[in-house]
Amino acid sequence: MRPLWRAFAASNRGVDSGSLALSGATPDAFVMNALSVRGLTKTYSNGVQALKGVDLEVERGDFFALLGPNGAGKTTLIGIITSLVNKTAGEARVFGHDIDRELEAAKACIGIVPQEINFNMFETPHTIVVNQAGFYGIPRQVARERAEKYLKQLQLWDKRNGISRGLSGGMKRRLMIARALMHEPRLLILDEPTAGVDIEIRRSMWDFLREINARGTTIILTTHYLEEAETLCRNIAIINGGRIIERDGMRSLLGRLHVATFVLNLRESLGVAPHLEGYVTRLVDDHTLEVEVSKEESINEIFARLSALGIEVLSMRNKVNRLEEIFMRLVEGRAIPGEGAGEVASAGAPATPRTPAEVAR
Amino acid sequence: MNSVAQAAAPPIRLNVVRWIGFKTIVIREYGRIIRIWGQTIVPSVVTAVLYFAIFGSLIGRRVGVMGGFDYKQFIAPGLIMMSVITNSYGNVVASFFGAKFGKHVEELLVSPLPNWVIVAGYATGGVVRGVLVGLAVTVVSLVFTHLHVHHLALIFTALVLTSLTFALAGFLNALFAKNFDQVNWIPAFVLTPLTYFGGVFYSVSLLPDWAQNLSYVNPILYMVNAFRFGFLGVSDVDVGVAFALMASAAIVLFAVAVGLMNRGTGIRE
Repeated sequence: MRPLWRAFAASNRGVDSGSLALSGATPDAFVMNALSVRGLTKTYSNGVQALKGVDLEVERGDFFALLGPNGAGKTTLIGIITSLVNKTAGEARVFGHDIDRELEAAKACIGIVPQEINFNMFETPHTIVVNQAGFYGIPRQVARERAEKYLKQLQLWDKRNGISRGLSGGMKRRLMIARALMHEPRLLILDEPTAGVDIEIRRSMWDFLREINARGTTIILTTHYLEEAETLCRNIAIINGGRIIERDGMRSLLGRLHVATFVLNLRESLGVAPHLEGYVTRLVDDHTLEVEVSKEESINEIFARLSALGIEVLSMRNKVNRLEEIFMRLVEGRAIPGEGAGEVASAGAPATPRTPAEVAR
Repeated sequence: MNSVAQAAAPPIRLNVVRWIGFKTIVIREYGRIIRIWGQTIVPSVVTAVLYFAIFGSLIGRRVGVMGGFDYKQFIAPGLIMMSVITNSYGNVVASFFGAKFGKHVEELLVSPLPNWVIVAGYATGGVVRGVLVGLAVTVVSLVFTHLHVHHLALIFTALVLTSLTFALAGFLNALFAKNFDQVNWIPAFVLTPLTYFGGVFYSVSLLPDWAQNLSYVNPILYMVNAFRFGFLGVSDVDVGVAFALMASAAIVLFAVAVGLMNRGTGIRE
């Protein structure tokens, strides 16, 4: 721990110029990306190593998914970038601003929607967003105009003068998004923004996020709704056990999954799973059969074979969406079907992250 | 990537951000003080009325003259200062610990405001409440007694320095506090005894030598006497020393608070 006098002297973290601009930055990816992280590690005081040397690049303008199971290190990584958590080692830059040397400038670029509700429940939504703008140096008059704009866009304008504690769960989430947008950040970090939000509001939030991304805001999204990540994001990183185990373009990653699992509801009960040559079958219960089908194979062929065995299918659905299938396989250290074993990253041995330039959009 | 994403960023004027951020913290603190005025302003007014009614009017009549002045006149500056100390401290410790407890301190921690601006903002909020309550208690005092003004600038300086010192002390308490009990320990077991033994109700010249010597290590004695000197022109301590002590305490406490914030004590993992 730093001595107190040195900690006091660190108030400005090397930013004394009074103003900073990006125009003088060198055109290196590490400097120019929206987010660049190298060798980031975090060991908590209880000995838990939450991050074990994370490298990550997020391009400007990207809509980026950061996925991982609970306790993987997502929130710690976001916490370090936003200075809520002290890092143990490594470096991070936000639009070229080093968080060690230009922390104020780096934080001015970031808007954060945290996982937990963290506004003053006794203040009104209007007060909360106007004050937040003030913390980023937005004059009060401009802040009031933006408050109207964002509270209206997020359907909170009617609630602006009520006590925030009275808002519903979905409204509280939207209020945190409005608050994060008040200084019109260049990088918006959303840590599970739609948790507990009903599907209608979730979809309207998706439209809203797509719109602000289209206007140039880089977005990093963490979510447990993999459909959300698949729908919204162009690039993806999967973190597990404090390491990035996959980094790819969404299309490219999904393209690597060569099998889909279908769940078939059967009219008659079965005692054992039928043997279908070339397919993997599992009996979930006596009326439900799972079949793995590779991309090259026809689904018609399965029906034909089942019909030949006298098995009638009432309905069929996908077991999980494609991203969920890949996610589970990566996190559990299993191979993605259709890929060589050497290409598959396991939780214990991180894959070399691909740079955005290599990623097919 | 679209053209907006590639465009050069506008320059970030850090001094403007800091100034507006500081003002916003103070405005928010002022808004909190006014919003819950029944908790922030009224109790001190009621307490002052009780002190003046019981100690000033009933018991004070038997005490007679203290330090060359009517007893009510003598205790008035002390009672004002007692309210200022309690409220400056209480405002910051309650507000900042409340922000930690409710996690909305993160609104500030993720913002580009440096820690010294955050500390300065909260401390100024404490001063605002101290001054507001001080004014309210002064009005109460005027109902019960005549207040002579010896030196207005000294009164104001002592008021601001004292409330600043205790606002910063309250900030440190809030940084270290892990629960509401720890928020109340210092006011109950340190601040109140020091205030009562700080010459609010008596002149230390009435005490035996050992008690006088003990009183001189109590910082509140200097604050109360510097403030009383501004009103009455009398003091048990050297007023120059009192002001030097207050200014030094404020500077040291500010530096410690900023250092602890930079280190992440009580606010960051």
